[in-house]
Amino acid sequence: MNEETKPFEPTIIGFTCNWCSYRAADMAGTARMKYSPNVRLIRLMCSGRFDPTFAFQAFANGADGVLVSGCHPGDCHYINQNYKMLRRFLLMKRVLKQMDIEPGRIKLLWASAAEGAIFADEINKFVEQVRELGPLKWKENIIAIEQPMLEEVAV
Amino acid sequence: MTKPKFAMYWAASCGGCEIAVLNIHEKILDVDANFDVVFWPVAMDAKYKDVEAMDDDSILLTLFNGGIRNDENDHIAKLLRKKSKILVAFGSCACEGCIPGLANFSPIHEIMDTAFNTISTENPENIRPQSIYDMPEGKIHIPTLYPILKTLDQVVDVDYYMPGCPPESHQIEAVIDLVIQVLQGKAELPPKGATIGAGGSTVCDECKRKRNVKTIQEFTRIQFITPDPELCLLEQGIPCNGPATRSGCNARCPSVGAQCIGCYGPAADVEDYGARLIAAYGSIIDANEPDEIDRILDGLVDPAGQFYRFNLAGSMLRAGNSALKSVD
Repeated sequence: MNEETKPFEPTIIGFTCNWCSYRAADMAGTARMKYSPNVRLIRLMCSGRFDPTFAFQAFANGADGVLVSGCHPGDCHYINQNYKMLRRFLLMKRVLKQMDIEPGRIKLLWASAAEGAIFADEINKFVEQVRELGPLKWKENIIAIEQPMLEEVAV
Repeated sequence: MTKPKFAMYWAASCGGCEIAVLNIHEKILDVDANFDVVFWPVAMDAKYKDVEAMDDDSILLTLFNGGIRNDENDHIAKLLRKKSKILVAFGSCACEGCIPGLANFSPIHEIMDTAFNTISTENPENIRPQSIYDMPEGKIHIPTLYPILKTLDQVVDVDYYMPGCPPESHQIEAVIDLVIQVLQGKAELPPKGATIGAGGSTVCDECKRKRNVKTIQEFTRIQFITPDPELCLLEQGIPCNGPATRSGCNARCPSVGAQCIGCYGPAADVEDYGARLIAAYGSIIDANEPDEIDRILDGLVDPAGQFYRFNLAGSMLRAGNSALKSVD
Protein backbone atom coordinates (compact mmCIF):
# COMPACT_ATOMS: atom_id res chain seq x y z
CA MET A 1 0.00 0.00 0.00
CA ASN A 2 1.28 3.47 -0.72
CA GLU A 3 1.02 6.46 1.63
CA GLU A 4 -2.23 7.63 0.06
CA THR A 5 -4.29 4.50 0.68
CA LYS A 6 -2.88 3.55 4.08
CA PRO A 7 -5.47 4.05 6.79
CA PHE A 8 -4.63 6.81 9.23
CA GLU A 9 -3.01 5.40 12.38
CA PRO A 10 -3.53 7.83 15.24
CA THR A 11 -0.89 8.34 17.89
CA ILE A 12 -2.42 8.38 21.35
CA ILE A 13 -0.60 9.10 24.57
CA GLY A 14 -2.16 7.39 27.57
CA PHE A 15 -1.55 8.23 31.21
CA THR A 16 -2.35 5.45 33.65
CA CYS A 17 -2.09 5.20 37.40
CA ASN A 18 0.20 2.65 38.99
CA TRP A 19 -2.43 0.97 41.15
CA CYS A 20 -5.45 0.35 38.93
CA SER A 21 -5.35 1.27 35.28
CA TYR A 22 -1.73 0.34 34.59
CA ARG A 23 -2.46 -3.02 36.19
CA ALA A 24 -5.56 -3.32 34.02
CA ALA A 25 -3.30 -2.83 31.00
CA ASP A 26 -0.93 -5.39 32.48
CA MET A 27 -3.75 -7.82 32.94
CA ALA A 28 -4.89 -7.34 29.35
CA GLY A 29 -1.31 -8.11 28.36
CA THR A 30 -0.85 -11.22 30.47
CA ALA A 31 -4.25 -12.52 29.36
CA ARG A 32 -3.07 -12.00 25.78
CA MET A 33 -5.99 -9.80 24.87
CA LYS A 34 -5.38 -7.95 21.64
CA TYR A 35 -5.99 -4.22 21.42
CA SER A 36 -4.91 -1.39 19.15
CA PRO A 37 -1.19 -0.66 19.38
CA ASN A 38 -1.81 3.07 18.88
CA VAL A 39 -1.73 3.96 22.56
CA ARG A 40 1.61 4.69 24.22
CA LEU A 41 1.10 4.28 27.92
CA ILE A 42 2.93 6.35 30.48
CA ARG A 43 2.65 5.18 34.06
CA LEU A 44 2.06 7.73 36.79
CA MET A 45 1.85 6.88 40.46
CA CYS A 46 -1.67 8.29 40.55
CA SER A 47 -4.04 9.86 38.05
CA GLY A 48 -3.87 12.88 40.39
CA ARG A 49 -0.31 13.29 39.14
CA PHE A 50 -1.72 13.97 35.67
CA ASP A 51 -0.85 17.56 34.90
CA PRO A 52 -2.76 19.18 32.00
CA THR A 53 0.70 20.26 30.81
CA PHE A 54 1.27 16.63 29.78
CA ALA A 55 -1.72 16.71 27.45
CA PHE A 56 -0.73 20.07 25.95
CA GLN A 57 2.79 18.82 25.40
CA ALA A 58 1.51 15.62 23.79
CA PHE A 59 -0.69 17.52 21.35
CA ALA A 60 2.03 20.07 20.59
CA ASN A 61 4.43 17.24 19.75
CA GLY A 62 2.14 15.43 17.37
CA ALA A 63 -0.27 13.27 19.39
CA ASP A 64 -3.76 12.84 17.92
CA GLY A 65 -5.40 11.91 21.19
CA VAL A 66 -4.78 11.77 24.93
CA LEU A 67 -6.12 9.16 27.34
CA VAL A 68 -6.17 9.63 31.09
CA SER A 69 -6.97 6.63 33.19
CA GLY A 70 -7.25 6.07 36.91
CA CYS A 71 -8.93 4.09 39.68
CA HIS A 72 -12.70 4.16 39.91
CA PRO A 73 -14.15 7.03 41.98
CA GLY A 74 -13.84 6.08 45.62
CA ASP A 75 -11.08 3.55 44.93
CA CYS A 76 -8.09 5.89 44.71
CA HIS A 77 -4.95 4.55 46.36
CA TYR A 78 -4.33 8.10 47.56
CA ILE A 79 -7.87 8.62 48.94
CA ASN A 80 -9.31 11.22 46.55
CA GLN A 81 -6.73 12.33 44.00
CA ASN A 82 -8.63 10.80 41.10
CA TYR A 83 -11.42 13.30 41.81
CA LYS A 84 -8.87 16.06 41.47
CA MET A 85 -7.92 14.64 38.10
CA LEU A 86 -11.59 14.47 37.11
CA ARG A 87 -12.03 18.19 37.84
CA ARG A 88 -8.86 19.10 35.96
CA PHE A 89 -9.91 16.89 33.08
CA LEU A 90 -13.31 18.55 32.74
CA LEU A 91 -11.77 22.02 32.84
CA MET A 92 -9.04 21.05 30.39
CA LYS A 93 -11.68 19.70 28.02
CA ARG A 94 -13.36 23.12 27.97
CA VAL A 95 -10.10 24.92 27.27
CA LEU A 96 -9.12 22.52 24.49
CA LYS A 97 -12.55 22.94 22.94
CA GLN A 98 -12.01 26.69 22.80
CA MET A 99 -8.75 25.98 21.01
CA ASP A 100 -10.72 23.97 18.43
CA ILE A 101 -9.39 20.61 19.57
CA GLU A 102 -12.35 18.23 19.39
CA PRO A 103 -13.47 16.92 22.81
CA GLY A 104 -13.36 13.45 21.23
CA ARG A 105 -9.58 13.58 21.21
CA ILE A 106 -9.37 13.24 24.97
CA LYS A 107 -10.79 10.45 27.02
CA LEU A 108 -11.15 9.71 30.67
CA LEU A 109 -11.30 6.04 31.60
CA TRP A 110 -11.83 4.51 35.03
CA ALA A 111 -10.37 1.01 35.15
CA SER A 112 -9.69 -1.21 38.13
CA ALA A 113 -6.83 -3.73 38.22
CA ALA A 114 -9.33 -6.48 37.40
CA GLU A 115 -10.74 -4.77 34.32
CA GLY A 116 -8.22 -5.77 31.67
CA ALA A 117 -10.95 -6.64 29.18
CA ILE A 118 -12.75 -3.34 29.69
CA PHE A 119 -9.47 -1.46 29.37
CA ALA A 120 -8.63 -3.18 26.06
CA ASP A 121 -12.14 -2.66 24.76
CA GLU A 122 -12.26 1.02 25.68
CA ILE A 123 -8.87 1.64 24.07
CA ASN A 124 -10.08 0.05 20.84
CA LYS A 125 -13.15 2.28 20.89
CA PHE A 126 -11.10 5.39 21.58
CA VAL A 127 -8.61 4.62 18.82
CA GLU A 128 -11.49 4.25 16.33
CA GLN A 129 -13.01 7.49 17.58
CA VAL A 130 -9.74 9.39 17.06
CA ARG A 131 -9.18 7.69 13.70
CA GLU A 132 -12.57 9.02 12.67
CA LEU A 133 -11.57 12.55 13.67
CA GLY A 134 -8.44 12.36 11.52
CA PRO A 135 -4.91 13.57 12.18
CA LEU A 136 -4.49 16.64 14.35
CA LYS A 137 -1.16 17.60 12.70
CA TRP A 138 -0.31 20.23 15.29
CA LYS A 139 3.42 19.95 14.85
CA GLU A 140 3.21 19.89 11.06
CA ASN A 141 1.02 22.98 11.05
CA ILE A 142 3.45 24.86 13.29
CA ILE A 143 6.32 23.89 11.00
CA ALA A 144 4.28 25.00 7.97
CA ILE A 145 3.83 28.38 9.63
CA GLU A 146 7.55 28.64 10.30
CA GLN A 147 8.47 27.73 6.74
CA PRO A 148 7.87 30.96 4.80
CA MET A 149 9.56 32.87 7.58
CA LEU A 150 12.63 30.66 7.52
CA GLU A 151 13.09 31.46 3.85
CA GLU A 152 13.15 35.12 4.64
CA VAL A 153 16.12 34.75 6.95
CA ALA A 154 18.21 35.01 3.82
CA VAL A 155 17.34 38.75 3.60
CA MET B 1 34.59 58.73 25.43
CA THR B 2 31.65 57.79 23.25
CA LYS B 3 28.60 56.61 25.08
CA PRO B 4 27.25 53.08 24.53
CA LYS B 5 24.29 52.94 22.19
CA PHE B 6 20.70 52.25 23.18
CA ALA B 7 17.71 51.33 21.03
CA MET B 8 14.08 50.59 21.68
CA TYR B 9 11.58 49.25 19.18
CA TRP B 10 7.88 48.47 19.10
CA ALA B 11 6.47 45.69 16.98
CA ALA B 12 2.90 44.38 17.53
CA SER B 13 2.21 46.19 20.78
CA CYS B 14 0.12 49.01 22.21
CA GLY B 15 2.81 51.52 23.15
CA GLY B 16 2.30 51.00 26.87
CA CYS B 17 5.86 49.74 27.26
CA GLU B 18 7.21 53.02 25.91
CA ILE B 19 5.03 54.91 28.38
CA ALA B 20 6.34 52.66 31.15
CA VAL B 21 9.92 53.57 30.21
CA LEU B 22 9.09 57.26 30.29
CA ASN B 23 7.31 56.69 33.59
CA ILE B 24 10.61 56.19 35.38
CA HIS B 25 10.64 59.98 35.76
CA GLU B 26 14.04 61.60 36.37
CA LYS B 27 15.76 58.24 35.94
CA ILE B 28 15.30 58.83 32.23
CA LEU B 29 18.06 61.45 32.61
CA ASP B 30 20.42 58.66 33.69
CA VAL B 31 19.54 56.83 30.50
CA ASP B 32 20.43 59.94 28.54
CA ALA B 33 23.60 60.54 30.57
CA ASN B 34 24.88 57.00 30.06
CA PHE B 35 23.58 56.08 26.64
CA ASP B 36 23.45 57.46 23.16
CA VAL B 37 19.89 56.76 21.98
CA VAL B 38 20.30 55.78 18.35
CA PHE B 39 16.92 54.31 17.47
CA TRP B 40 13.60 54.71 19.22
CA PRO B 41 10.76 55.31 16.76
CA VAL B 42 8.28 56.56 19.36
CA ALA B 43 10.64 59.14 20.81
CA MET B 44 12.91 60.27 17.99
CA ASP B 45 13.17 60.32 14.24
CA ALA B 46 15.29 57.57 12.75
CA LYS B 47 15.00 55.52 9.61
CA TYR B 48 15.40 51.78 9.20
CA LYS B 49 18.21 52.40 6.75
CA ASP B 50 20.12 54.23 9.50
CA VAL B 51 19.99 51.05 11.57
CA GLU B 52 20.91 48.96 8.55
CA ALA B 53 24.00 51.13 8.08
CA MET B 54 25.24 50.51 11.64
CA ASP B 55 28.01 48.02 12.38
CA ASP B 56 26.97 44.61 13.70
CA ASP B 57 26.87 44.45 17.51
CA SER B 58 27.27 48.21 17.68
CA ILE B 59 24.16 48.81 19.82
CA LEU B 60 24.87 47.77 23.39
CA LEU B 61 21.28 47.46 24.60
CA THR B 62 18.05 47.03 22.67
CA LEU B 63 14.70 46.84 24.41
CA PHE B 64 12.34 45.16 21.99
CA ASN B 65 8.67 45.29 22.80
CA GLY B 66 5.81 43.82 20.82
CA GLY B 67 5.11 40.49 19.18
CA ILE B 68 5.94 39.47 15.61
CA ARG B 69 2.73 39.88 13.65
CA ASN B 70 3.98 40.74 10.15
CA ASP B 71 7.07 40.70 7.96
CA GLU B 72 8.08 44.21 9.00
CA ASN B 73 8.20 43.17 12.69
CA ASP B 74 10.14 40.10 11.64
CA HIS B 75 12.62 42.06 9.56
CA ILE B 76 13.33 44.61 12.29
CA ALA B 77 13.65 41.88 14.92
CA LYS B 78 16.32 40.19 12.83
CA LEU B 79 17.99 43.49 12.01
CA LEU B 80 18.15 44.59 15.64
CA ARG B 81 19.40 41.17 16.68
CA LYS B 82 22.30 41.59 14.28
CA LYS B 83 23.10 45.10 15.41
CA SER B 84 22.69 44.57 19.16
CA LYS B 85 24.95 43.04 21.76
CA ILE B 86 22.14 42.63 24.27
CA LEU B 87 18.61 42.09 23.02
CA VAL B 88 15.91 42.20 25.68
CA ALA B 89 12.37 40.91 25.07
CA PHE B 90 10.75 43.83 26.84
CA GLY B 91 7.21 43.46 28.10
CA SER B 92 4.63 40.75 27.81
CA CYS B 93 4.10 41.01 24.00
CA ALA B 94 7.72 40.28 23.15
CA CYS B 95 8.01 37.64 25.89
CA GLU B 96 4.79 35.71 25.41
CA GLY B 97 2.45 37.39 22.91
CA CYS B 98 0.20 39.28 25.32
CA ILE B 99 -3.14 40.72 24.14
CA PRO B 100 -2.17 40.86 20.42
CA GLY B 101 -1.42 37.13 20.77
CA LEU B 102 -5.08 36.43 21.57
CA ALA B 103 -5.66 36.78 17.83
CA ASN B 104 -4.02 33.34 17.59
CA PHE B 105 -7.40 31.88 18.56
CA SER B 106 -8.78 32.97 15.17
CA PRO B 107 -7.86 32.20 11.58
CA ILE B 108 -6.47 35.14 9.69
CA HIS B 109 -9.53 35.57 7.42
CA GLU B 110 -11.70 36.04 10.53
CA ILE B 111 -9.30 38.67 11.84
CA MET B 112 -9.53 40.53 8.53
CA ASP B 113 -13.34 40.20 8.49
CA THR B 114 -13.54 41.65 11.97
CA ALA B 115 -11.25 44.52 11.08
CA PHE B 116 -12.77 45.39 7.71
CA ASN B 117 -16.31 44.02 7.48
CA THR B 118 -18.08 44.28 10.80
CA ILE B 119 -20.81 46.71 11.62
CA SER B 120 -18.38 49.31 12.96
CA THR B 121 -16.59 49.58 9.61
CA GLU B 122 -18.13 51.32 6.62
CA ASN B 123 -16.73 49.24 3.76
CA PRO B 124 -19.48 48.45 1.22
CA GLU B 125 -17.05 47.61 -1.57
CA ASN B 126 -15.17 45.19 0.66
CA ILE B 127 -11.86 46.91 0.11
CA ARG B 128 -8.98 45.05 1.73
CA PRO B 129 -5.38 46.16 2.13
CA GLN B 130 -3.04 44.59 -0.41
CA SER B 131 0.53 43.93 0.59
CA ILE B 132 1.76 44.92 -2.86
CA TYR B 133 -0.09 47.45 -4.99
CA ASP B 134 0.71 48.89 -8.39
CA MET B 135 0.49 52.67 -8.47
CA PRO B 136 1.32 54.85 -11.48
CA GLU B 137 4.42 55.94 -9.56
CA GLY B 138 5.52 52.35 -8.97
CA LYS B 139 4.86 49.42 -6.64
CA ILE B 140 4.03 50.18 -3.04
CA HIS B 141 4.39 47.71 -0.21
CA ILE B 142 2.76 47.40 3.15
CA PRO B 143 3.70 44.70 5.66
CA THR B 144 2.14 41.25 5.16
CA LEU B 145 0.31 39.73 8.11
CA TYR B 146 1.59 36.41 9.39
CA PRO B 147 -0.92 33.61 10.06
CA ILE B 148 -0.21 33.72 13.79
CA LEU B 149 1.55 36.13 16.10
CA LYS B 150 4.93 34.95 17.32
CA THR B 151 6.95 35.91 20.31
CA LEU B 152 10.36 37.50 19.85
CA ASP B 153 12.26 34.35 20.83
CA GLN B 154 10.35 32.33 18.26
CA VAL B 155 12.02 34.52 15.63
CA VAL B 156 15.46 35.48 16.96
CA ASP B 157 17.80 34.62 19.80
CA VAL B 158 16.91 36.61 22.92
CA ASP B 159 19.37 37.48 25.70
CA TYR B 160 17.00 38.51 28.48
CA TYR B 161 13.31 38.55 29.19
CA MET B 162 11.61 41.37 31.01
CA PRO B 163 7.95 40.49 31.58
CA GLY B 164 5.00 42.67 32.49
CA CYS B 165 2.20 44.48 30.76
CA PRO B 166 3.84 46.86 31.00
CA PRO B 167 6.92 46.18 33.14
CA GLU B 168 6.58 48.04 36.42
CA SER B 169 8.52 51.31 36.56
CA HIS B 170 10.47 50.34 39.68
CA GLN B 171 11.61 47.19 37.87
CA ILE B 172 12.71 49.17 34.82
CA GLU B 173 14.64 51.53 37.09
CA ALA B 174 16.36 48.59 38.75
CA VAL B 175 17.35 47.11 35.40
CA ILE B 176 18.68 50.43 34.13
CA ASP B 177 20.67 50.84 37.35
CA LEU B 178 22.08 47.37 36.90
CA VAL B 179 23.14 48.00 33.30
CA ILE B 180 24.81 51.28 34.30
CA GLN B 181 26.65 49.48 37.10
CA VAL B 182 27.76 46.82 34.64
CA LEU B 183 29.08 49.59 32.38
CA GLN B 184 31.05 50.99 35.32
CA GLY B 185 32.39 47.56 36.12
CA LYS B 186 30.58 47.39 39.47
CA ALA B 187 28.24 44.52 38.68
CA GLU B 188 27.92 41.56 36.35
CA LEU B 189 25.19 40.71 33.92
CA PRO B 190 22.88 37.82 34.83
CA PRO B 191 23.28 34.59 32.82
CA LYS B 192 21.92 34.66 29.28
CA GLY B 193 18.27 33.71 28.98
CA ALA B 194 17.46 35.00 32.47
CA THR B 195 14.26 36.81 33.31
CA ILE B 196 15.19 40.23 34.63
CA GLY B 197 13.17 42.90 36.38
CA ALA B 198 10.85 40.38 38.02
CA GLY B 199 10.71 38.06 40.99
CA GLY B 200 11.38 34.36 41.10
CA SER B 201 8.18 33.37 42.82
CA THR B 202 4.45 33.79 42.24
CA VAL B 203 2.06 36.68 42.72
CA CYS B 204 0.38 34.72 45.55
CA ASP B 205 3.71 34.78 47.34
CA GLU B 206 3.74 38.58 47.32
CA CYS B 207 0.02 38.96 47.99
CA LYS B 208 -0.86 40.18 51.49
CA ARG B 209 -4.33 38.65 51.55
CA LYS B 210 -5.19 35.92 54.05
CA ARG B 211 -5.10 32.41 52.69
CA ASN B 212 -6.85 29.29 53.97
CA VAL B 213 -7.51 25.90 52.45
CA LYS B 214 -9.36 26.77 49.28
CA THR B 215 -12.68 25.17 48.41
CA ILE B 216 -14.88 26.78 45.80
CA GLN B 217 -18.57 26.05 45.44
CA GLU B 218 -19.07 28.71 42.81
CA PHE B 219 -17.03 30.97 40.56
CA THR B 220 -18.19 34.53 40.34
CA ARG B 221 -16.91 37.69 38.66
CA ILE B 222 -15.45 40.75 40.24
CA GLN B 223 -18.36 42.97 39.13
CA PHE B 224 -20.95 40.82 40.89
CA ILE B 225 -19.65 40.95 44.46
CA THR B 226 -17.92 43.27 46.84
CA PRO B 227 -14.88 41.22 47.75
CA ASP B 228 -13.75 40.86 51.33
CA PRO B 229 -10.73 43.19 51.61
CA GLU B 230 -8.65 40.75 53.67
CA LEU B 231 -9.35 37.35 52.15
CA CYS B 232 -7.72 35.64 49.15
CA LEU B 233 -9.75 36.51 46.04
CA LEU B 234 -9.65 32.98 44.66
CA GLU B 235 -11.17 31.70 47.91
CA GLN B 236 -14.03 34.09 47.29
CA GLY B 237 -14.62 32.51 43.89
CA ILE B 238 -13.03 35.27 41.84
CA PRO B 239 -10.83 33.71 39.13
CA CYS B 240 -7.41 35.05 40.11
CA ASN B 241 -4.34 34.00 38.13
CA GLY B 242 -1.92 34.58 41.01
CA PRO B 243 -0.96 30.91 41.54
CA ALA B 244 0.78 30.62 38.15
CA THR B 245 1.93 34.19 37.59
CA ARG B 246 5.46 35.45 38.15
CA SER B 247 6.00 37.84 41.01
CA GLY B 248 7.56 41.25 40.56
CA CYS B 249 4.60 43.62 40.65
CA ASN B 250 4.13 43.53 44.45
CA ALA B 251 0.73 41.91 43.85
CA ARG B 252 -0.51 45.24 42.65
CA CYS B 253 -3.96 44.15 41.43
CA PRO B 254 -5.01 41.78 44.26
CA SER B 255 -3.92 44.35 46.84
CA VAL B 256 -6.55 46.78 45.54
CA GLY B 257 -9.27 44.16 45.15
CA ALA B 258 -8.86 43.24 41.51
CA GLN B 259 -7.93 39.71 40.48
CA CYS B 260 -4.51 38.97 39.01
CA ILE B 261 -4.91 38.61 35.25
CA GLY B 262 -1.42 37.25 34.72
CA CYS B 263 0.47 40.04 32.95
CA TYR B 264 3.85 39.04 34.42
CA GLY B 265 3.60 35.73 32.62
CA PRO B 266 4.42 32.24 33.84
CA ALA B 267 6.34 31.84 37.09
CA ALA B 268 9.82 30.35 36.93
CA ASP B 269 8.92 26.65 36.99
CA VAL B 270 5.72 26.88 34.93
CA GLU B 271 6.00 25.19 31.55
CA ASP B 272 2.54 25.99 30.30
CA TYR B 273 0.77 28.82 32.04
CA GLY B 274 -2.78 27.80 31.17
CA ALA B 275 -2.18 24.16 32.06
CA ARG B 276 -0.83 25.22 35.45
CA LEU B 277 -3.97 27.23 36.11
CA ILE B 278 -6.22 24.36 35.00
CA ALA B 279 -4.40 22.21 37.54
CA ALA B 280 -4.71 24.88 40.24
CA TYR B 281 -8.40 25.61 39.66
CA GLY B 282 -9.22 21.93 39.28
CA SER B 283 -7.79 21.13 42.67
CA ILE B 284 -9.85 23.68 44.59
CA ILE B 285 -13.31 22.99 43.19
CA ASP B 286 -15.43 21.55 45.97
CA ALA B 287 -17.32 18.83 44.11
CA ASN B 288 -16.78 15.24 43.07
CA GLU B 289 -19.78 14.56 40.82
CA PRO B 290 -19.25 15.39 37.12
CA ASP B 291 -22.55 17.30 36.86
CA GLU B 292 -21.80 19.39 39.92
CA ILE B 293 -18.24 20.06 38.71
CA ASP B 294 -19.62 21.17 35.35
CA ARG B 295 -22.11 23.49 37.08
CA ILE B 296 -19.25 25.15 38.98
CA LEU B 297 -17.11 25.35 35.83
CA ASP B 298 -19.97 27.13 34.04
CA GLY B 299 -19.07 30.07 36.28
CA LEU B 300 -15.82 30.44 34.35
CA VAL B 301 -17.23 32.22 31.34
CA ASP B 302 -14.18 32.04 29.07
CA PRO B 303 -11.61 29.64 30.51
CA ALA B 304 -9.18 29.77 27.57
CA GLY B 305 -9.27 33.57 27.62
CA GLN B 306 -8.88 33.57 31.38
CA PHE B 307 -5.85 31.27 31.30
CA TYR B 308 -4.15 32.53 28.14
CA ARG B 309 -4.92 36.23 28.18
CA PHE B 310 -1.24 37.09 28.03
CA ASN B 311 0.34 33.81 27.17
CA LEU B 312 -1.26 32.20 24.13
CA ALA B 313 1.51 32.84 21.59
CA GLY B 314 4.14 31.76 24.09
CA SER B 315 2.26 28.68 25.28
CA MET B 316 2.95 25.09 24.26
CA LEU B 317 0.18 25.00 21.66
CA ARG B 318 0.85 28.60 20.54
CA ALA B 319 -2.50 29.07 18.79
CA GLY B 320 -5.98 27.72 18.28
CA ASN B 321 -6.40 24.85 15.85
CA SER B 322 -8.45 26.92 13.39
CA ALA B 323 -5.68 29.53 13.15
CA LEU B 324 -3.11 26.83 12.42
CA LYS B 325 -5.29 24.98 9.94
CA SER B 326 -5.98 28.14 7.96
CA VAL B 327 -2.44 27.91 6.56
CA ASP B 328 -3.05 24.63 4.75
